[in-house]
Amino acid sequence: MSTRRRPFAVALTLLLAGSAAVAMAEPTPARQKELIHLVRQDCGSCHGMTLQGGLGPALLPATLAEKPAEGLVATIIGGRPGTAMPPWHRFLAEDEAQWIVAKLMTGFPQ
Amino acid sequence: MRHSLQFLLLGLLALLLGACAGTQVRGTGDLGLVIERASGHVTLVNTSAREAYARIGGLGDLSHASVVYSRDARYAYVFGRDGGLTKLDLLEARIVKRVMQSGNAIGGSISQDGRIVVAQNYTPGGIKAFDADTLELLSEVPAEYAPGQFSKVVGLADVPGGKFAYALFDGGEIWVSDFSDPKKPVTQRFPAGQQPYDGLVTPNGRHYLAGLFGEDGIVLLDLWQPEQGARKILEKYGRGEEKLPVFKMPHLRGWSVAAGRAWLPAIGRHEVLVADATTWKETGRVPVKGQPVFVMASPDGRQIWVNFAFPDNGWVQVIDTLSGRVVQTLQPGKAVLHMEFTPRGEAVWISARDDNRVLIYDTRTFRQLGSLPAEAPSGIFFTSRAARIGF
Ligand code: HEC
Repeated sequence: MSTRRRPFAVALTLLLAGSAAVAMAEPTPARQKELIHLVRQDCGSCHGMTLQGGLGPALLPATLAEKPAEGLVATIIGGRPGTAMPPWHRFLAEDEAQWIVAKLMTGFPQ
Repeated sequence: MRHSLQFLLLGLLALLLGACAGTQVRGTGDLGLVIERASGHVTLVNTSAREAYARIGGLGDLSHASVVYSRDARYAYVFGRDGGLTKLDLLEARIVKRVMQSGNAIGGSISQDGRIVVAQNYTPGGIKAFDADTLELLSEVPAEYAPGQFSKVVGLADVPGGKFAYALFDGGEIWVSDFSDPKKPVTQRFPAGQQPYDGLVTPNGRHYLAGLFGEDGIVLLDLWQPEQGARKILEKYGRGEEKLPVFKMPHLRGWSVAAGRAWLPAIGRHEVLVADATTWKETGRVPVKGQPVFVMASPDGRQIWVNFAFPDNGWVQVIDTLSGRVVQTLQPGKAVLHMEFTPRGEAVWISARDDNRVLIYDTRTFRQLGSLPAEAPSGIFFTSRAARIGF
């Protein structure tokens, strides 16, 4: 009985831990506003204010759909050496970059 | 009876006034416009009165908009990010004509004779020429640098002889297209270097310079002797040191030449590079606050005003071209995007995007002379550009 319940319990704790981590990662509403402004205005100088691309590629749900989120987060944090994409780690924490990617992939707020 | 006479007179007066307003006779030499990037508006301004006099909406995505003027300085051609090309009448403060010319544009230019306007596009990469009166498409030059490969086009500038010079970011080339026959442009290609990010033509129309992002250096093409090809100047200005991150690409334009020298933004270094404008050898560098974006000479060439990329975009510095040193550091507002000198340079207008204001400074005393509200202002364009090569 207990052995049969264990995997479920493990899964449950993982799930809870996972959702706890996600909940913790969610920036405060004030910070979210700043991040939206940063993405639209300052990322927008290369990716376009509407994120439809400029010197950098489009960052729209359709263009990002096939790409793994971790890779995109790594690009934002570390930049892409040899290209015009700069590293943003001085201004963005990893979980903030994760939040940005999640929003980019589902349609970025105005 | 008396009353009806009064009404009649009032009515006549109103008619007269209306007629006057409609056909008001005035020049445009002290007019200009401010792009309001977030809302698709432009605010029309008067630099003598230091006032806005009208606001026009419906111009689409203006997030990287630029403007050129007809040679009578009455009409402004606004190139929007979304590929919109809008012709505005500064006197009647209205849209004359608007076309969607591409999917993703980055600016434009007007020919020496004022007859054609040319847009430079990211997607589909290339340039397109339009009749300046009607905005009818005349011809296009796709930036196909290798079979099936198209480049983003940057640094488009009109040059004498009915030509336009521009650079191919992905193709690493400078192209010069001759539009003497506007429907049949003839293009010459010059290898340039890695990732040219913008270009400029010197005020006399002789030299085309493209800044390189992918390597340390600037490419120079002598348009009087194009057979000599493009060559690199200021090569290896980074001295092999690691580049600082560039959070916004610098912009080049013909305002870079002053006091016999060219003043150019370094890439990945917080410096303004200085080169002799005859020998094109480096003559010095000026350390500044951040990654320079606009490095603009005042009309008399005595001062260079510099603004910066994120996160130093709250600062503006002024270099004295005689001493080659920074003589003033200002904090005009949040997110300074652009600066424009009045025609003879007694004042400079500065846009502070995140403060929703345009600030006006006296260039001699550095005192603030005034300010204007504008929604997320970016580019400021005065009609004095109408008569300049490369604007
Ligand atoms: C100075 C220009 C510039 C700025 C500013 C910039 N980027 Fe980029 N970005 C690029 C370029 C160029 C690429 C493409 C790199 C390549 O060729 O692989 C890129 C790639 C990316 C990618 C990967 C897209 C893909 O399809 O693989 C993401 C995600 C991204 N940027 C997000 C951001 C975010 C978020 C910001 C702001 C915090 C930002 N960028 C600011 C130039 C820029």
